[in-house]
Amino acid sequence: MNETLYVQLLNLAAGAFLLAAVLVLWRRELAVIIRVFAVQGAALAGIVAVLAGHEHSAELWAVAAGVLLLRATVLPVLLLRALAGAGTAQRETAPLVNVSASLLAAAVLTMIAYAVSKPLVDLAPSPATRAIPIGLTVVLIGLFVLVTRRHALSQLVGFLLMDNGITAIGFLTTSGVPLVVELGVSLDVLFAVLVLQILTTRMRATFGDTDLDELRELHD
Amino acid sequence: MIGAVLQVIMVVGGSPLLLGLMRQVRAKLEGRAGAGIWQPWRDLRKLFGKEAITPRRTSEVFRYAPLVLFATALMVAVVVPFVTTRSAVGPVADLFAVVALLALGTVTLALAGLDTGTAFGGMGASRAVTILALVEPTLLVAILALSVRVGSTNLATIVSSTLDDPGRVISPVTLLAAVALLVVIIAEAGRLPVDNPATHLELTMVHEAMILEYAGTDLALVELASAMRLTVFLGLLATLFVPWGIATAATPAALAVGVAAFAVKVGLLGVLLAAGEVFLAKVRLFRVPELLAGSFLLALLAVSASFFLA
Repeated sequence: MNETLYVQLLNLAAGAFLLAAVLVLWRRELAVIIRVFAVQGAALAGIVAVLAGHEHSAELWAVAAGVLLLRATVLPVLLLRALAGAGTAQRETAPLVNVSASLLAAAVLTMIAYAVSKPLVDLAPSPATRAIPIGLTVVLIGLFVLVTRRHALSQLVGFLLMDNGITAIGFLTTSGVPLVVELGVSLDVLFAVLVLQILTTRMRATFGDTDLDELRELHD
Repeated sequence: MIGAVLQVIMVVGGSPLLLGLMRQVRAKLEGRAGAGIWQPWRDLRKLFGKEAITPRRTSEVFRYAPLVLFATALMVAVVVPFVTTRSAVGPVADLFAVVALLALGTVTLALAGLDTGTAFGGMGASRAVTILALVEPTLLVAILALSVRVGSTNLATIVSSTLDDPGRVISPVTLLAAVALLVVIIAEAGRLPVDNPATHLELTMVHEAMILEYAGTDLALVELASAMRLTVFLGLLATLFVPWGIATAATPAALAVGVAAFAVKVGLLGVLLAAGEVFLAKVRLFRVPELLAGSFLLALLAVSASFFLA
């Protein structure tokens, strides 16, 4: 692969990856959030595929296909099914931090990620490692979504955003995680989502809602 | 020099036509016949023939505001490299100067709205300033993202460097900055979904509320200046992100190509904007900061990406 084309494609995929995380923070409808999450999974697969094309590694191509299958199709489908079971609560109506403030918080988180990862980038400057701040930003935004949203499903998306970010950092720093490790992590994430999906369904069956703040207070 | 004159002629003469074109596209898509693209010019001719009436107990601010608004729009039309990069006032064609001029126009109009002392004027002014306070940083940061890799905030330099290296247009920096700039331009030019230019309903007006007290020549000047601002904003977007066709030499052929390219680009952007507006409803005023905070974040990401991906 041509070097400038490689850099451009990598930057484009990383840009789409970051943009998807911002959109998760911006939108209120849970169905839209889940679709955006699927797009982010595709962007992550794109990053891995570009790295695979650059390294000419068949193993990385297989990992890219696996990432695409799991994060752009299986997980979103599972989330959408959980959403269909969630009944009337289809929107994140009142997050703890309102949307404008959380968008500004995301701007601050970007700056923090950039400052924190600078020494890491300086260790081995290359087009791939220069995109590390983006992966770190997505981790931080995921954490932010996890803490500030009330709906169980958006918290789940926050958790998955963090995982996407960590995976991206892994691939960008090492240019290739061993297949076994990646398989183990993916399986872990899949089981986490399956368990949480069942938990959400149970919560809804018992309390009639999936607003987690309701569970902190005592009821009759 | 000829380039600057051409730019002024294009912006002053073409902006009512752009407005007419956008209204015509909207009318056709909504199944109406429409008034034709010359209607804004006919309105302006009618208004220029009438006497300007100023309300009692208004001060000089109210009387000079249309002139200042028109002058700032005219100045931006001279400064920004719409048709040619060989601007008549080269070093002044600075990003900060352009944004300051555009903001000066808005602030003057808001002051004039306050000066009338009516409820609508004050309401419109307060809304306009709220939007302006959120638009201005985004505008600056989005254009700054483009200037980082050039190393200069001069608009002509930014445009010529993009012309030299067309591959830059498809980078995350440019795309993020383009989206951010589009959102703030829609907000600042008072188009849907931030402000509805066709309404006179008191609860929704922003721009119209400030100019309710104007009549005759003054109103014509304000209308012409707002049309010019829309043209200038769309032209800025076209110049920064699709600079092809802008003349780099002062030959007549290059200038002709520049004029044609400018007309086509801005016309196309206007048609797209008008077609998009058919499908949009106005956003609640309290949701507007959310939209603008989002576009500010995109602009900031564009700047930081131009540092850590370059």
